[in-house]
Amino acid sequence: MAQVQKKTDALDARLAALAMPKGGFSQAAREAALARLTQMGLPGRRDEYWRYTDPALLNADTATESEALRVQTPIFAGRDKVHLIFVDGVFDAAASDDLELAGVEISLLSQADLQDIHWASGLYGVLETAGQTPVARPFAALNTMAATEGLLIRVTGTAPRPLHIAYRQKSKTSDAILHHCIKVEEGAELTMLETGITGARSNIVMEAQIERGGKLHHIRPQGRSEGKQLLTHIFARLSEDSVFKSFTLSMNGRLTRNEAVIEFSGDDATAHIAGAAVGDGAFHHDDTVFVTHDAERCESRQVFKKVLKNGAVGVFQGKILVKPGAQKTDGYQISQALMLDDDSQFLAKPELEIYADDVQCSHGSTSGAIDEGALFYLRSRGVPERAAQSLLVLAFLAEAISEIEDDVLADDIRDRMEEWLTQHEGK
Amino acid sequence: MLEIKNLHVELEEEDKAILKGVNLSIKPGSVHAIMGPNGSGKSTLSYVLSGKGGYEVTQGSAMLEGVELLEMEPEARAAAGLFLAFQYPVEIPGVGNMTFLRTAMNAQRKARGEAELSAGEFLKIVREKAKALKIDAEMLKRPVNVGFSGGEKKRNEILQMAMLEPKMCILDETDSGLDVDAMKLVSEGVNALRAAGRSFLVITHYQRLLDHIKPDFVHIMADGRIVKSGGPELALEVEQNGYADILAEVA
Repeated sequence: MAQVQKKTDALDARLAALAMPKGGFSQAAREAALARLTQMGLPGRRDEYWRYTDPALLNADTATESEALRVQTPIFAGRDKVHLIFVDGVFDAAASDDLELAGVEISLLSQADLQDIHWASGLYGVLETAGQTPVARPFAALNTMAATEGLLIRVTGTAPRPLHIAYRQKSKTSDAILHHCIKVEEGAELTMLETGITGARSNIVMEAQIERGGKLHHIRPQGRSEGKQLLTHIFARLSEDSVFKSFTLSMNGRLTRNEAVIEFSGDDATAHIAGAAVGDGAFHHDDTVFVTHDAERCESRQVFKKVLKNGAVGVFQGKILVKPGAQKTDGYQISQALMLDDDSQFLAKPELEIYADDVQCSHGSTSGAIDEGALFYLRSRGVPERAAQSLLVLAFLAEAISEIEDDVLADDIRDRMEEWLTQHEGK
Repeated sequence: MLEIKNLHVELEEEDKAILKGVNLSIKPGSVHAIMGPNGSGKSTLSYVLSGKGGYEVTQGSAMLEGVELLEMEPEARAAAGLFLAFQYPVEIPGVGNMTFLRTAMNAQRKARGEAELSAGEFLKIVREKAKALKIDAEMLKRPVNVGFSGGEKKRNEILQMAMLEPKMCILDETDSGLDVDAMKLVSEGVNALRAAGRSFLVITHYQRLLDHIKPDFVHIMADGRIVKSGGPELALEVEQNGYADILAEVA
């Protein structure tokens, strides 16, 4: 009972520090989210999916200070795209391009929510709600309730350029809550880039519904801020023949948790969720993925690689659930950590739960050190030790990065990784 | 070129002597072969010279053109002109063969204060040298040695040697795992590299490799020492009578 009381008090304090925006079309969803959250409470270390990651920084009523990084060369700079910029969780209209992209309708949540009717009412909070079963995700409900801004994106054709959501942080105490809804209509296609960090602490939810034959490519380098507290949720529902590919690059960060909840509702769909994370020292990085196969002949891949040094901690919790009747499911899951010293930790919990008899599911999880034989081979050919190590680290991450279809974007990600490795060479 | 004097080596972890006073002098442009029974220390000699960890040099020296090798990092030895063709070339998933070759070449050039090769220059050289070794574009694109057959791995070693143009080449049982045709191809690759300023140390169990790569000198190694040296006829003697006679003779 004491535990329950403590949880309730913590939630009350958290809610007291938040305002629920007066919604228009989203009002009902926000109220329902508050009710869900009140019922669930905030997470604690005793909760099954929070054993490896302490939610204290996320439960706190304010963000913990985190220095904003000085502006560096932006990633994907050479790529023609539509820029939409958020600074400390607030949309910066002056710095952004117009909300215009052929084949795509874009609106701001805050603007759209002045009206009572909007296409996004069929999506806002809907996939999040579905994603609460069987595993509770209280911060996602909190997001639906309290999100102050976000993008509502409806893709009706093949977008000629990527949509780029650029996050920036200026204040070292900003606490951002953003909620994006994306609907990819039948046969439509969009590449979405999400870069940087938009708060000392951020809670970002993306709900994506992909209709028959639609494709959504999502590439997300999450910035290099050291002190960030970052929690993201992707809720994706895939219809027949649709494709969703999401890749996340994480460098540094005191606390990052990226959750992905993927549901196959139509046959023959494909979802690839991949991530490469590198951390040196005070780094805690958690990938929590739940893939539900509820249709036939769908293919899912989870590919997560982490490079850890100087006491960095990596967490992977990945599940494939194959429901009865989801025959010919092809599920793959791999999580691997490369430990560059003896101080780091990798905590992995791969799970498979299968209720269909004609499926193919494989999973693996490994943690290991640099291959000394390969290191010597490279050095014997004249490659200096540090460069040889970087080459092997990049090779280790290659499988995750190769999940990015677009070669130019993949090269940019690789360059970022190399830069990080150069900065963090040696002790 | 290479001057090995009284080299004593122990295994770091178990305090076990492997090399017990190796002396060997290799002049520029000459080809030396080392033969010997299993466990005589042949491969250890090649690893110690190239700088592999796990060995402790307790006495002696190994000078390459007057510079002490044994105190250098493996990469510095490579830049100084030493090359080891591995008995078991290492597979490196995720690193493309071309990337590997170019990184190695440019690292060595940089270490020697030479200009790095541009992508175009590099491509031109690699294509030409790969062709001679029947290494196709597909093999160059694949990750280093991953999925290569035994013969492909050894050809890839020789390609690296041809690209890096070392002064002192050590071939550690390059004939192991090769069929007759592959051995011929590899040997042709090696022979093409023979030059006045380049020396070879060929470690092998069998005389047949030496039919293709003709040595100037042959040494027999046993129990961590070179126990007999001679001309090419020494290899024939081993082939006909085995090591027993020679070992009995020197004992």
